[in-house]
Amino acid sequence: MNKKRSFMNSIAAAPHIFWAVLFIILPLLIVLYYAFTDSDGHFSFSNIASLPSYASIFWLSLELSIIATAICLLLGYPLAYIIAKSKPKTQKILSMLLMLPMWTNLLIRTYSIMAILDNGGIINTLLGTSMQIVGTKGAVIFGMVYDFLPYMVLPIYTCISKIDKNMWEAASDLGCNTFSTLTKVIIPLSRSGIISGVTMVLVPSISTFYISQKLGGGTFELIGDTIERQFVTGALNVGAAISLVMMILILISLTVMNKFGDSDEGGIIV
Amino acid sequence: MKKYASRIYLCLIFAILYIPLVTVILFSFNATESTAEFSGFSLYWYSELFKSEEAWIALRNTLILAVSASLIATVIGTAAAEGIYKMRSKICKTAITSVTNIPMMNPDIVTGMSMMLFFAAVMSIFKIADYNKIGFVAMLISHTTFCLPYVILSVLPRINELGNSLSDAALDLGCTPLQAFFKVKLPNIMPGVVSGMVMAFTMSLDDFVISYFVGPTNFQTLPLLIYSMTKKTVKPDMYALSTIIIISVFVLLIISNMKSTKRLSANQKKKGAKTK
Repeated sequence: MNKKRSFMNSIAAAPHIFWAVLFIILPLLIVLYYAFTDSDGHFSFSNIASLPSYASIFWLSLELSIIATAICLLLGYPLAYIIAKSKPKTQKILSMLLMLPMWTNLLIRTYSIMAILDNGGIINTLLGTSMQIVGTKGAVIFGMVYDFLPYMVLPIYTCISKIDKNMWEAASDLGCNTFSTLTKVIIPLSRSGIISGVTMVLVPSISTFYISQKLGGGTFELIGDTIERQFVTGALNVGAAISLVMMILILISLTVMNKFGDSDEGGIIV
Repeated sequence: MKKYASRIYLCLIFAILYIPLVTVILFSFNATESTAEFSGFSLYWYSELFKSEEAWIALRNTLILAVSASLIATVIGTAAAEGIYKMRSKICKTAITSVTNIPMMNPDIVTGMSMMLFFAAVMSIFKIADYNKIGFVAMLISHTTFCLPYVILSVLPRINELGNSLSDAALDLGCTPLQAFFKVKLPNIMPGVVSGMVMAFTMSLDDFVISYFVGPTNFQTLPLLIYSMTKKTVKPDMYALSTIIIISVFVLLIISNMKSTKRLSANQKKKGAKTK
């Protein structure tokens, strides 16, 4: 194939490249522009300089989302393992049961927990008490775990079910019991599933604003709420600066984690 | 013993996952306005919902948006996958795929914010005073943008798997490159194209955060409607709407699952026939 024809063939990607430059790269550059200008459009560092005052909010978001991710992993891994070990037909039904809440809109899921935990909600009505559950950190963490648990389980389940059955047999032939097969063979082989599960839970929970608005009961603010508040009140420059920092942090950590996962997957193929 | 333990664990987790959803479904049939005390079965909130013009318009908007965004994303994304596959330089390939994945990796709130600022800039450059005028186009562009990676990710592996030999044969037999693509390649990668489109469609249907940032006041989608309903004190009509959505998701899941089971067993039969 000559060079010209190869170019002609790649031209199929041209509309997409055009689209990506115009609607992915350019908007991000505009975020950068807003982050470094004041409301009159003059260059300024004041937005960036104001960021340290949001540090405590940022740490709180990080704390809650890391706790939620850890709980999702602890609850989700055994679940994925049990599903992957069950009969093919049961596997199908269980993974479908897992997908139903996943495909139900996030707002509905979050609100459905609120209906249970709220002051005038089911728990308090049934018990005849007036416990204040909504508005605590625990409620927000519970909301994150409830909303994102399926995102943790599905990639791990897919990964475990792809592991060659001979691996399990070889492990037990070579003297592993169930527990050491799990820790020495299965968990290392499902690392890429764990990594994608962790990212799929961590990223939405660190940036959420709906869960904390509803289940936080307005008592505390997460970084997503801060961005949303800047958007509602029209303080776009500060909002852009916070978004920019959040994006950079998340993209860096994702790249690092993906490197970690990829090299491992290479190991599986070899 | 171990078996029982794992069964109890399964039941416990699924109970926690489903109790809230079942509660919503249950209270959508409540006779009174309460969302905590069940006082009798009634379809009152459903009839209220069906009477509400707002809900119908939101449903129509959501469908129009999801269909058009997923169609545009499928066309551009499939062409892009073919182009990326044909690309010689590895640097170009990685550059394009990593830019494409940005909306998928970024938190929705950042994508929403960047899109919103972008359209604000467009408005000031072209001197458009009323955001509602470009609102639908803005929504369509944003939804197409976050749908594109899902299409490319689902089509590209198929193209890689298929390889070049079939379309090379078609070219040798006198097809033009376009004919070779549409007559030979496209039918072969169709499953990937369709699953990419379905993925894009559901993503668009489900999106709240990006629509919340970009959405104009005259184009409300179902997630935006639910959000505005939960801002006030919630009446069971929101539960009725949620119930309808949950049930539709359930039905769609069962249909798609049955189809994939059928395809699987058909494939197994084919394989069986071959080995005979």
